[in-house]
Order: sequence, then structure tokens, then C-alpha cells
Amino acid sequence: MKLMNALLSPVGRKVLTGATGIGLVAFVIAHMIGNLTYLSPDVNAYNAYAYKLMSLGWLFYTIEILLALCFLLHAAVGISIRVRRRKARPVGYKFYKSAGTPGKSGYSARSMIFTGIILLGFLILHLNSFKYGPGVAEGYTVELAGIGEVRDLRRLMTEKFQEPLYAFGYPLVMILLGMHMRHGVWSALQSLGMMSRRLSPYLYTTAAILGILVAVGFLFVPLYIYFGV
Amino acid sequence: MIINLRIWRQEGPDSPGKLVDYTVHEASEHMSFLELLDVLNEQLLADGDDPVEFDSDCREGICGSCGLMVAGIAHGPRKRTAVCQLHMRSFKDGDTITVEPFRAHAFPVIRDLVVDRSAFDRIIAAHGYVSVTTGSAPDANAIPIPKDVADEAMDYAACIGCGACVAACPNGSASLFTAAKIAHLAQLPQGQVEASQRVMAMVDQMDAEGFGDCSNYAECEAVCPKGISIDGIAGMRRAYMKGVLSG
Ligand code: HEM
Ligand code: SF4
Ligand code: FES
Repeated sequence: MKLMNALLSPVGRKVLTGATGIGLVAFVIAHMIGNLTYLSPDVNAYNAYAYKLMSLGWLFYTIEILLALCFLLHAAVGISIRVRRRKARPVGYKFYKSAGTPGKSGYSARSMIFTGIILLGFLILHLNSFKYGPGVAEGYTVELAGIGEVRDLRRLMTEKFQEPLYAFGYPLVMILLGMHMRHGVWSALQSLGMMSRRLSPYLYTTAAILGILVAVGFLFVPLYIYFGV
Repeated sequence: MIINLRIWRQEGPDSPGKLVDYTVHEASEHMSFLELLDVLNEQLLADGDDPVEFDSDCREGICGSCGLMVAGIAHGPRKRTAVCQLHMRSFKDGDTITVEPFRAHAFPVIRDLVVDRSAFDRIIAAHGYVSVTTGSAPDANAIPIPKDVADEAMDYAACIGCGACVAACPNGSASLFTAAKIAHLAQLPQGQVEASQRVMAMVDQMDAEGFGDCSNYAECEAVCPKGISIDGIAGMRRAYMKGVLSG
């Protein structure tokens, strides 16, 4: 009960968005690196990687459940913070301007709710296209040496990213993801109380670099496939 | 210099308000912004109109009673400057400046540009103090405090409770004010005794007053006339989590 109250307090809500946000960042980075195996000279590398992940068994399902919880909690608290804004200032300003530095409310910070909701919509479409898309039953199979017949995700990916909607839609969303991380990574560390005056400028820059790296890492594969390099 | 003003006028807490245009022809770049409003008010009184109500006291940036949204920014465009210390040389001849009250559910408008900031007093009353037994005052030097610690406590103690942090925050959060009050006591040995109780009580009161959540925009630090750092907010969160975990 006491812990529940603490989690619902203004500090608790930030600890929740921050902790779930960091969990999601870890997932996103791992996912991005995993995708890059598509580019490996070994054509089976990507499918072998996917197979290895699935064969972690209970560990894989535990991570999946934790991730789903992170997504749900993160989205729910993030959106509730935005909703409470209107209650805290029912009458707005006729004229308002950001005061600039050392403030940190640039484009990325101000669009967190927008990029977040797009990410939520994207997540549903993305799971539907890939995770719950055609698999072994639909004949998307490939023979891996020493393992046997597994789902051919590489083929699915190659097909999907021939379509311009996927090839250009995905990179666009990944840029928004990069923006979400640009403010998010710094903000989560501040929310979790891990920031100090000395560290802050470095971590703020690191967040920007991380956002760019993840966006570029993700948008590379779709464009690579589409332009058939 | 000639200055055009668009000022929020509102008769009382529940009456509708609106922006009204005024022009001050005899402004000088040496005037503070509040002196400009004084000149305007003399003009209004001479014309038989109601003067524009606004708060001020010390007019030297230390009491925290002044506070206006000037040209869209809490305390106006000059960094680390309360509006009473903002001079008209920060503006150009012929400028049109919008002036609005600090806006937050917890800061209701009383009249024109005057808002009720007693929500801050209630946050302080919740536990913005150290308990000491009455009787003979303890010797000031009985507990040695390193200079850097004393300096940091002083940096946070510089908060004048003006409310600009709330006014500038897109969410209407009072985190910077509350964190400053917590941090300035938490640095010192006397403040550490009740550290957990203090942070819990003050954060709960801040919530109860209806202030918004912090999204780490740091607009507060950018407008704070005393340059209070959002580092204090990170510290408040650490102290709060420590308090929860230690029961
Ligand atoms: C499911 C869709 C998502 C929604 C609706 C969403 C929404 C939000 C919102 C509204 C905020 C700002 C919270 C605030 O104002 O304090 C936020 C912060 C954040 N988001 Fe997301 N987000 C989503 C997905 C993601 C993903 C995939 C990541 C990982 C890359 C992520 C990482 C973060 C981080 C690290 C923060 C900072 C947390 C903090 O301020 O403490 N989010 N999110
Ligand atoms: S933290 Fe700064 S802006 Fe906020 S009340 Fe204190 S002095 Fe004013
Ligand atoms: S009037 Fe005292 S701080 Fe401005």
C-alpha cells in the first residue's frame, strides 16, 4: 500500500516512466544490433540469430512478458503525465516562449507524447507484420545446417521492404524513435536521480548520439533492401 | 522610448479576463519593468481608470513577491533576473510586450497580474524546516561544515519562492521550488536527521496542491532568477526513493 502510494506520487510516476523507458531503450538497442545480422555475408546469420533467441525458452518468454509490461506501463504513465498537464494549468498563456538554455525543451522533448503515440501505433502494426506475420505454416521456411527447418524471417523481411510503404515508413518512424530517445535517455537518468551537475552535460550529449545511432542503425536495413544493394 | 503593452486585466478570481492594449510614451531604458508599470498606472489613474494590479516588495530581486510573464517568459527575457530587476534596456523602442500573470491551477488569479502563491507556503509548512528544541541557541560553530557543502546549501537556499519555475513549466510542476527547499536543508547535518520525512511530506503536499508532473524540460532552471539547478530535482528523487526503501 505504502509502495503503491509512492509509485503514484509525482516522484514515483517519474521513476516508473524512467525505469520502463530504460528497459525499452535496452530492448531497442539489442533489437537494432540483431537486425544488423541481416547484412552479414552469411545469408543464414539472421535466421540463425532469430532461432537462437526463440530457443532460449522460458527466459525468452520472461523477457517478452517484462517487455510487454514495460510498454504498457510506460505508455500509460507517459500519457497520464500529459493529461494531468491540463489540470495543473486549466487557463493557458496567450503568449508563451521557451526561455532556451539551460532549458532542455527542444523539439524532441516537446514532441515526446507525439513520438510516443506514433511508436505505440507502429508497435502494433510491426508485431502484426512480422512477429505474427507469415511463418512456417505459410511456407516461410529455411534449412539451417545442424538445426533443421526454421522460420524464414529473412525472406519475410526482404519481401516487406520491397514495398515503398514499408521501405520509407519504417525509416520515418525510426527517426521519430531517435527523437524520443534524444530526450528520453537523458530524461530517464534525471528521473531516476542519476544526474548531477557535473555529469549532466556529458549524458545529455550521449543521449543525442545514442538517439542518432539507433535511428541510423534501424533505417539502414530497410533502405538497403529496397534499393537492392 | 515608446513601449506598447498588452496586459492581462481581470477584475476578480471568477471574472473573465482579457488582454488590453496600452502605450507608455515616456518610458526610459533605465527604468525597471515594474517602474514602467508604475508609470502606466499613474497614466491610468490620471485618466480615471483602474490601475493594473501587480505584486512587488523589495524591488531588488530578493523577496520573491514580483513575478510576471513578460513577452512569454517568466520574469522576462533576461537570464537570472527577477522582473523587478529587468530593465527596459532589454527591450527596443516601439516593442509590443505581452504581460500575463503566472498561470497554474495552484496559483489562482486574484486580480489582473496578482496570483495567490500560498500553495508554496503550505509546501514549506509540510516539512520545509528542521526541528530544534527551544532553549539556549546551539553554538553556531559546534558542527563544522566544509565550505563546499555550505556553498551548495547556500546555492539552493537562494530560492526566493517567486513561482517562476511553476509558471514556465509546460506541465505546471513545482518540482524546482520543492527540490530547492529540500536540497538546501538536506546538504547540512542539521537537515539530515529528518531527511526522509521531509522529502515525503513536501512531495505529497506538492501533489495535493495540484501542481503538474515534471517532464524534465528544465524550463524552470532557464527562468529561475536565482539559477537553481535541476540537479536538485534529481537529488529530491534520490532522497524520496531512499525514504520509500528504508520504510
Ligand atoms: C509504446 C509507446 C510509447 C509511448 C506512448 C511513450 C510515451 C512517452 C512519453 C509521453 C514520455 C514523456 C514522459 C514525461 O513527459 O515525463 C516518454 C518518456 C520516455 N520514453 Fe517513451 N513512449 C513509448 C515508447 C518508448 C520506447 C520504445 C522507448 C525506448 C526507446 C521509450 C523511451 C522513453 C524514455 C527513456 C523516456 C524518458 C522517461 C523519463 O522522462 O523519465 N519510449 N515516453
Ligand atoms: S526555484 Fe527559482 S524560479 Fe522557482 S521559486 Fe525558487 S527562485 Fe523562483
Ligand atoms: S520585488 Fe522582491 S524580488 Fe522582485
